Amino acid sequence: MYALVRPYEDWGDCMSKRGIALYLHVHQPWRVRDYTVFDTAENHDYFGPFSESHRNNKEIFEKVANKSYRPMTKLLKELLDTHPDFKVSLSITGTLLEQAEQWGPDVIDSFKALVDTGRCEIVAETYYHSLAFFYSRSEFEHQVEKHRQKIRDTFGVETSVFRNTELSYDNNLARWADEFGFKGILSEGWDPILGWRSPNYVYKPVGTKNIKLLMKNYRLSDDVAFRFSNRAWEEFPLTADKYDNWVNAALGDDGEVINLFMDFETFGENIWEDTGIFNFFRDFVGRWLANPANTFYTASEACETFEPADEIDTPYTTTWADTERDLSAWLGNGMQHEAMRHLYDLEGDILRTKDEALISDWRRLTTSDHAYYMCTKYFTDGDVHAYFSPYESPYDAFLYFINALRDVRFRLYEHHRHGDL
Amino acid sequence: MLGWELPPHNSGGLGVACYHLSKALAQQGASIDFVLPYDAHHPGTEYMTIHAATSLNPIHKFGIMGAYDSKSVAEQDLDKVDMRDLQTMRGVQKRYVTFVERMIKSKKIDVPDAIHAHDWLTMEAGMRAKQLTDAPLIVHVHATEFDRAGSFGSGNPIVHEIEYQGLMMADRIIAVSGITKNIIIHRYGIPADKIEVVHNAIDPSSMGTYDYDGRTYRYLESLRREGYTVVSTVTRFTAQKGLTQLVKGMARACERYDKLVLLLAGDGEQRDELIALTAELGISDKVFFTGFVRGKQWRDAYSVADVFVMSSVSEPFGLTALEAAHYGSALIISKQSGVGEVLKSIMRYDFWDTDKLADQLVGIATSPALSHQLRDDVKREYARLSWHDVARKCMHLYDRMKIGATA
Repeated sequence: MYALVRPYEDWGDCMSKRGIALYLHVHQPWRVRDYTVFDTAENHDYFGPFSESHRNNKEIFEKVANKSYRPMTKLLKELLDTHPDFKVSLSITGTLLEQAEQWGPDVIDSFKALVDTGRCEIVAETYYHSLAFFYSRSEFEHQVEKHRQKIRDTFGVETSVFRNTELSYDNNLARWADEFGFKGILSEGWDPILGWRSPNYVYKPVGTKNIKLLMKNYRLSDDVAFRFSNRAWEEFPLTADKYDNWVNAALGDDGEVINLFMDFETFGENIWEDTGIFNFFRDFVGRWLANPANTFYTASEACETFEPADEIDTPYTTTWADTERDLSAWLGNGMQHEAMRHLYDLEGDILRTKDEALISDWRRLTTSDHAYYMCTKYFTDGDVHAYFSPYESPYDAFLYFINALRDVRFRLYEHHRHGDL
Repeated sequence: MLGWELPPHNSGGLGVACYHLSKALAQQGASIDFVLPYDAHHPGTEYMTIHAATSLNPIHKFGIMGAYDSKSVAEQDLDKVDMRDLQTMRGVQKRYVTFVERMIKSKKIDVPDAIHAHDWLTMEAGMRAKQLTDAPLIVHVHATEFDRAGSFGSGNPIVHEIEYQGLMMADRIIAVSGITKNIIIHRYGIPADKIEVVHNAIDPSSMGTYDYDGRTYRYLESLRREGYTVVSTVTRFTAQKGLTQLVKGMARACERYDKLVLLLAGDGEQRDELIALTAELGISDKVFFTGFVRGKQWRDAYSVADVFVMSSVSEPFGLTALEAAHYGSALIISKQSGVGEVLKSIMRYDFWDTDKLADQLVGIATSPALSHQLRDDVKREYARLSWHDVARKCMHLYDRMKIGATA
C-alpha cells in the first residue's frame, strides 16, 4: 500500500504543475458493405468500394476528414505553436492510417506535423481496434506489435503508454501491459472502481511492478464530448470560462492531473463546427494556460511526473461506454457472441495459410465496430448506437458480417483443397 | 362510430382494429353507437351499442361483397343507386347512409361529440352525419384505394373520388401509419397538418390462451425436426400483398440454402397464379398452400413458422405481423408496410428486392443466434403496443374537436 501522506523527500513532486492530460482517439473501421449470401464464395471484397453511402468507407473517411481530421489537426498545430506548454496524446488505429494513406495522405502529414513538435505523443493500441484481448492473447499481441511497427514506420516514434479498445481495462490487462514494458495504461475513471478516490491522480494497478494508471475524468470529458451541443442541458451553452472554472474546481488544492479522454471525432464530426466547439477549445486552452500554475502533460509525462496515489483494483472489465461502462454494447447479445466466436475460431487456420490478403481481411473483421453495430440495447442507450451505426438494424449488421465470415471460410476451404495447408 | 365489420364476422384487420379501438375507448369513458351494414351477434361487445343498418346476414358480406371489394363499384352518385338493391356494394352503402340519417333525425341517439368513420366504406355516411349534426367528423384511414390496388394501376376512380371527398370534408384524419399519411398527402392533396398518425396496437390478452397443436401441420413439423426452417405468411392472396415477389425471393434463397419451406396461409384471386409460379421456379415441393384458414389452423399457421414474412407492396399497417410476433416468429417486413414503423426488432426489405429477402431468409435459417435474437427482441417489443394508448390519442382528438372547444 502507498502512504497517502508522502515522505518529506518526495515533496519536490508537489511542486509539479497542475495539469491536463488530453488524449484523443482517432479511428475508422472497415465497414462491411451489404455483403449478401449471393456474394459469399463469389466475390471476396467485403469492404467496398460500393454504393451504399452509409457504409461507403471512402465517402465516410472523406466526410470525417473534412469535418474533423483536417480542421482539428490544424487547430492542435496552432495551439502547439502558440502555447509552449500545450501538449496532446493521440492514439491512431491502423485501419484509420490505411484509409488515410489511400484517400487522404495529407491527413497523415497533418498528424506528422503534430508529432514532429515533440509535444504530441502517440499512444499504443491494437492495430485493428479489436477485442482480441478477450479472445486470443496471441492475436492480441500480434495486433499490438503491428500497431507499434505502423507507428514507427509512419511517425518515427516509439509508443510507451497503452490503451485498449474502447478503453476496456481490467487487472489482467494491466499486468500484461506491465510485463510488456509499457510505462502507463489508460482506463475509465469509473466510480465503483475508484470508490471514494478521485480520478485526478496517477495510480498503480494492483499486482503490477512499474506501470502507472491514468483514469479518465468522465464528467469533465463528457461535458465536452457528449453534452457540449445539447441544448436541453442546464449548463448549455458551455463557455471556456465556465469550463475553466470546473477544471480548476475539480483539481482543488492538491489534485494533480485531469485526464480528458475522448474521441478525436468529437471535434467537428460528432459535434459540428457551427456549435462553436473549435473556438471553445481554443479559448479554453488559452485560459487554462494563462495561469502559470497550470500546464498540459502527455500521457507518458503524467506517468513520469507523479507518484501513484494508491493502488487500483479492477477485477472486472470496465470501458468508457454507456451508462454501464462495460462491454455489453459489444458482447451483450447472442449475435455478438456468435459472430466473435466464429471469427476467432478461425485464427489458427487463417494464419497457417500465410495468405496476406486473407489474413488482412480476417483481421479487419476483428475490429470491434462490427460487433458494436450488432448491439440491440435500443431502448436505454439506443440513441447513441443508432447514431453510430451505418446499418438499418443490428440484424442487418450481423447478417452481412456472417456472410463475409462464411466467405472467409470458403477461402480457407479453397486453400485446403489446393493442399496449401 | 361508423364501421363495416366486427369480429367474428370480419374478413380482415379492419374489424379487429375497430373492435379493440372501441373497447379501449369505452374503458376510457366513451359512450359508443357503432353502426354496421349487416345484422349479427357479436360476442364481447357489450361495452357499446351496435346498430344494424340492414337485416342482411353477415354471410352475404363475405359472399357477395368482401369488406374490401371496391372493384365492383360503378356508380358514384348514391342518389342514383337503388336502395332496394342489396346485391351491390353501392346499394348496401346507400342503405347504410339512409339508416344513419334516420337514426339522427328520429333522435334515437344523442347528438354525438364526434363522428368516427372508418375507411371509404363509411365516409359518405360520416359526411351526411356531420351535415345533419354539425359534430366534427374524424375519418380513420386503415387503407386507401391505392393500397388495395397493389402495384397494378391505382384502383377504382369512383372510390378515389369518395375517399377524396371524405378526406376533404373530415375535420381531422387519422392515418394508421406514416406510409398512409404520405399517401393521403401526396395522392389526395390533403394538408399534412390535418392528419395524425395513430398506429394500431395488439391486445395479447385477446389472443387467449391456446396450446399449439403440432398435428395441424404435421408434415411441416417433421421437416422442422429435420432442420428445415419454416417461413410463413398469413394473408389474402391479392396483388397488394406482394406474394409473387415473396415466392421469387424464396426461390432465390433456395439456390443458396435448401432447407427452407414456405407456408402460404390464406386464399384469394392470386392463388392459381402463385401455384403456377412455384412450379415455374421449381420450388413447388417447398411451398404449401393451406386455403382460407380460421381458428386453430389459422393460429397454428403462425406457431409452426420460424419466420413470418409480410411482403406487402403497400400495407397501411399490417396487424398480422404483430400476431406473428405474439406467436414467437422472427419477422421480415417489407419497407412498404406501416407496422415496420413501430417495430425495431425486425428485418426489412423493399418488396421488390427479392435478393435482399433471400439473403435475410438464408441468414435467419442458417444462424441460430440471429433467429433467436429476432424472436426474443420482437416478442418483448410488440407487447408494449397498447390499444389504450391508441384510444387515449383518439379521446384527446375528440376533446380538441368538441363543439365550442378552442383550438
